[in-house]
Amino acid sequence: MLAYISRRIVYVIPIVISVALVCFLLVHLAPGDPLVAVLPADASQELAAQLRAAYGFDRPLPVQFGLWVWKALHGDLGTSIATGRPVLSEVMRAVGNTIMLALAAALIGFTLGLAFGLLAGYFRGRWIDRLATAVAVAGVSVPHYWLGIVLVIVFSVQLNWLPAVGAGPGGSSDWAWDWTHLQFLVLPALTTAAIPMGIVTRTVRALTGDILSQDFVEALRAKGLRETGVFRHVLRNAAPTAMAVMGLQLGYMLGGSILIETVFSWPGTGLLLNSAIFQRDLPLLQGTILVLALFFVFLNLLVDIAQASIDPRIKRS
Amino acid sequence: MFKQFKTFAHGCSFAALLTIAAAGAPGSAGAETVLRIAMTAADIPRTLGQPDQGFEGNRFTGLTMYDALTLWDLSSATKASTVIPGLATEWAVNADDKTKWTFKLRPGVTFHDGSPFNADAVVWNVDKVLRQDAPQYDASQVGVTASRMPTLKSARKIDDLTVELTTKEPDSFLPINLTNLFMASPAKWQKLFDAAQGADAKAKAAAAWDGFSRDASGTGPWKMARFVPRERLELVKNESYWDKARVPHVDRMVLLPVPEANARTAALLSGQVDWIEAPAPDAVAQIKQRGFVIQANEQPHVWPWQFSRVEGSPWNDIRVRKAANLCIDRDGMKDGLLGGLMAPATGTVEPGHPWRGNPTFQIKYDLKAGQALMKEAGFGPDKKLKVKVQTSASGSGQMLPLPMNEYLQQALSECYFDVQLDVIEWNTLFTNWRRGAKDPSANGANAINVTYAAMDPFFAMVRFLQSGMAPPVSNNWGYINNPKFDELVAKARQTFEPEARDRALAELHAASVDDADFLYVAHDVGPRALSPKIKNFVQPKSWFVDFSPVTLQ
Repeated sequence: MLAYISRRIVYVIPIVISVALVCFLLVHLAPGDPLVAVLPADASQELAAQLRAAYGFDRPLPVQFGLWVWKALHGDLGTSIATGRPVLSEVMRAVGNTIMLALAAALIGFTLGLAFGLLAGYFRGRWIDRLATAVAVAGVSVPHYWLGIVLVIVFSVQLNWLPAVGAGPGGSSDWAWDWTHLQFLVLPALTTAAIPMGIVTRTVRALTGDILSQDFVEALRAKGLRETGVFRHVLRNAAPTAMAVMGLQLGYMLGGSILIETVFSWPGTGLLLNSAIFQRDLPLLQGTILVLALFFVFLNLLVDIAQASIDPRIKRS
Repeated sequence: MFKQFKTFAHGCSFAALLTIAAAGAPGSAGAETVLRIAMTAADIPRTLGQPDQGFEGNRFTGLTMYDALTLWDLSSATKASTVIPGLATEWAVNADDKTKWTFKLRPGVTFHDGSPFNADAVVWNVDKVLRQDAPQYDASQVGVTASRMPTLKSARKIDDLTVELTTKEPDSFLPINLTNLFMASPAKWQKLFDAAQGADAKAKAAAAWDGFSRDASGTGPWKMARFVPRERLELVKNESYWDKARVPHVDRMVLLPVPEANARTAALLSGQVDWIEAPAPDAVAQIKQRGFVIQANEQPHVWPWQFSRVEGSPWNDIRVRKAANLCIDRDGMKDGLLGGLMAPATGTVEPGHPWRGNPTFQIKYDLKAGQALMKEAGFGPDKKLKVKVQTSASGSGQMLPLPMNEYLQQALSECYFDVQLDVIEWNTLFTNWRRGAKDPSANGANAINVTYAAMDPFFAMVRFLQSGMAPPVSNNWGYINNPKFDELVAKARQTFEPEARDRALAELHAASVDDADFLYVAHDVGPRALSPKIKNFVQPKSWFVDFSPVTLQ
């Protein structure tokens, strides 16, 4: 197992370097002026040159990249052009909020997906299967920003049950675990959960059907094992795959959904990215993409290791 | 760093804590009156004295917490906003040297931290953006300030309540430009600087400004009470504001960045906020139906096509420029496409404004006259004139750029124009605007659609009409080179009596309308939707509003 983990960690190193290079280059190769957030359209050349030098954008790209990587390795992702605040603090605050949202959505998505998937798998062809499948298809097919808007219209605008925007009555910095604060999480979490719920449902449904048709299930039943015992075996066989699917989905959710976070003004990484793009805040954009990419890479690593620990066949392969 | 990981840990601990979440009683605001506003900004505009995010920044974190030497009169909904005394009570240009101005400062004014406002504070604030060797110099504040006062060079203390400002050249626009220089407290900054950790003075200064942005101190009618970056800014009324008539009537104002129009609308309709900026146009009817109030008024803002006048441009023929201006049914655009949320433009400023003048060319919808001009210029149904305009799909002040440009495309085709749209990303368009029509980035376009603020003479006219403002200097994108304009700009700049200066500007404006230098289409109206419990709000003809008289019932 240790050898497997070491091998997987070594594989991560070139990926991380590539990610850093790509996210640095992508934002630099985009057209437009990197100082557009602070440089007015009628700025003189002298002023533009002065600010370009102050932000280090006058240096050659390789030098800028080298400095950026060196600083990043020391925990310094630079300073946001738009706000003047350290990028790391901006990103970590947003990451905290996105993790909160992603975990809530994962909990909802995984629970509902597993339940619907097992039900559909056990009752293939029956009405309950058709209903679960319809819900799953809707979950992955309906544009989630649209679903978010519909939920807001119903639960905020019409019923006035839940808040439409924000992360808490006083912002996310005074977060408390009570209904006053949790209610802000309900609608964005439900919206975010729609896709993973649909995917997990479909995956578990297919797996359940497949497992139930296998000989060992017949054997278990022939041995007189009760149906709850059989169910435990089905669950144990389906769980690693469902977990891998959920892990990938969690990775996507941690990337933050720009649309969902914008619809709900949820101050996570999606909204931060939206803001960084809109303001063309290059240091913030690079820092956010880098942190999110690293999250994605390391989350995949964790999922692989977790899968391997559950299913010995994986590390053997 | 600890705070970052604390926030991070909050997120990570969520799954475990979710199960033990207990119901709690919501907080109560008691008798305190709270005005909650959803801004269009994606973030709280910078709070350290020189806001970013355009004039929305000045509106919410500039003019609330800070004052400038000169201010805008925001008390009337019918008259154009003009400059009035602020922290300076009077000013005059030196009779012998027109680059030197004397400003008399208002006595008895204190910053929110209790330190006095005086000539030293003015010099310190000028130096923060103009003197690179000043300890408080902050590059991040320069861009949003220096270009709005392009000729200001330095400040010098005469005595505690008198300061001398020097410009690079004689410039009568200075008092108007100074509305953009907000006075931050030097004493508060120095205290933060002294306490800051840092290897050198530059690092300490950066830390001091960062600290200042989280605990700001100006002289304005509102004081900073709570700041959650990217989420909310809470301001409380400054009971000891120097202008007793403008001490706020509401105890607390909460500013929330909600960049998405539908989200803002939902927040208003669900009662989460009392006031939203720029409601979604298609929700206006519903907003009104539910008893909310829509406020709108013509703003000093222009939604135009700026014509290229480089060699070979089809717009070099004045008949073509005039024809385009006559072919647009602006009222149709207003009532149909924009649901009433625009004012038809017949120039940079409209009748009633001191800089309007008396143009002889009347910009209106006259299809026959437009068609006749085009025929005279050699075009017709079988020989259409190809023109290309560069625009964006979104952007600050751009209103609804794509539908509006498609409307123009259709309207102009009736006057024998064949309009091609070159749609690019907003920030790229903004960059291209600086580069000019001759630059390859123009991509062959002979017009560009970038909206602009028209509050001060430089922003409204000079940067577009003076030949010396051609790229790379400023925004004369189309390389207009008209000696008459240059002469009128010089005249306006060197006329120091305000009324005479306005008359000179009116001459310049009339000349530019007569020359049809732009396709004038619309002015933004700064729409906002308010809860019916908000009273005494005046929406001036300005980008800015005065929150002081607002009451909540």
